[in-house]
Amino acid sequence: MIELKDVNKSFEGRQVLHGINAVFYSGKNNLIIGASGGGKSVMMKCMVGLERPDTGMIEFDGRDLLALEDQALRDVRREIGMLFQGTALFDSLTVEQNVAFPLEMFSKMNASERRDRVNFCLKRVNLENVNNKYPSEISGGMKKRVGIARAIALDIKYLFCDEPNSGLDPITSRLIDELINEITHEYGITNVINSHDMKTVFDIGDHIIFLYKGQKWWEGNREDLKHAQTQIKELDQFIKASYFE
Amino acid sequence: MISKPEKTNIFFKRISDEMYKIGIGSLPIVAITALFIGAVTTVQTAYQLVSGLISKSVIGTIVSDSTMLELGPTITCLVLSGKVGAHIASEIGNMRISEQIDALDVMGINAPAYLALPKIIAGIIMIPLLNFIAIALSIYGGYMAGELSGILTHQEFVSGARETFKGFTLVFSTIKAFTFAFIITSVSSYQGFYTSGGALGVGESSTRAVVFSSVLVLFFDYLLAEILL
Repeated sequence: MIELKDVNKSFEGRQVLHGINAVFYSGKNNLIIGASGGGKSVMMKCMVGLERPDTGMIEFDGRDLLALEDQALRDVRREIGMLFQGTALFDSLTVEQNVAFPLEMFSKMNASERRDRVNFCLKRVNLENVNNKYPSEISGGMKKRVGIARAIALDIKYLFCDEPNSGLDPITSRLIDELINEITHEYGITNVINSHDMKTVFDIGDHIIFLYKGQKWWEGNREDLKHAQTQIKELDQFIKASYFE
Repeated sequence: MISKPEKTNIFFKRISDEMYKIGIGSLPIVAITALFIGAVTTVQTAYQLVSGLISKSVIGTIVSDSTMLELGPTITCLVLSGKVGAHIASEIGNMRISEQIDALDVMGINAPAYLALPKIIAGIIMIPLLNFIAIALSIYGGYMAGELSGILTHQEFVSGARETFKGFTLVFSTIKAFTFAFIITSVSSYQGFYTSGGALGVGESSTRAVVFSSVLVLFFDYLLAEILL
């Protein structure tokens, strides 16, 4: 479980996050939705440690990320996997080397064990016979899957997905959603997804947080969302606008 | 901030990969530059020696001394500022804009230690070696130009080159190469890390890497000469 307590963040005097309090549950797809510029990415960057909040606490199962010493912080980070919007695969490495990278850095596996684990992860994301290809030689959907395989190569507890469907066709988007959903429930991962794809929200959103102008505007599950849409003007506008994107 | 590398074996593998890229990858351009600089120095020195009272062996002295003192380390490193510096800045810069450095950070890997440190170490090992090669080839280029064009004989060139040779000249040249290697690799890595703004930003950081490292090479060239000579 990840808990944010009164998190504030500003850039050059412009406040981007206003006192965010939120909980992200284990074994669930926790979605952060909201319009571009609403603070979703900044919130996720604060959670993974790429940005430091001005004030507040971010707890990973009771461990305050902002108060941890270097080694303890590195230990927490090794429990984190992240699927980046642009996949962030290392373009000088093959698919196999990309997935093996965290294993080489942090595990004590030998080469044969690593290869087995890589093949398992690639098979888990329905990718085979691409081990020796470079990221530039595979499609966008395949890159996302390699990104997921790399994220789950170590036994992670927390998965962060930044716009997992961006740039993908609707069919591939649904496949990626299904895959993320399966992995989250299968491994009991605390999954946090940034998205403004309403299909994703209604398909796999177990717990949803709506950010509006850097504030948590609404929180609930996908069943509540339809009802909330009729009650909250900003949420209604966002959902309707999302369908026209 | 650079910290202790996560895994020593991976760190050393990265250093050897970078040594290959910086050393072997730069060898052709360094060799061509050095050969022609030596040849041109011989021809131009002969052109300026109009007095018959001066021995032609002076050409060998001038070519070897100027190569070791200045042309070898400085010109080689200016060329490498362009070749190696731009490569380092664009490689790291591209990793920055495509979130690959963020991916390293999220994994808990110290990105400067993983990316920049092996390049800096590889640079300060390989660039002085390239400097020795450049010196040798430049002197050889000067000798060949003199011999082929009939400016001076083999004996005249060799006796001139040997006449005023001082071991410290080579030491000074090596100190310069070490210093310039550190400047090129560290400045370029820094520029790469602080890239922003997409493909345009990568171009800008590569340009800044080349300009800043070239200017610093020239500045330290003067500074070291003032201090050590």
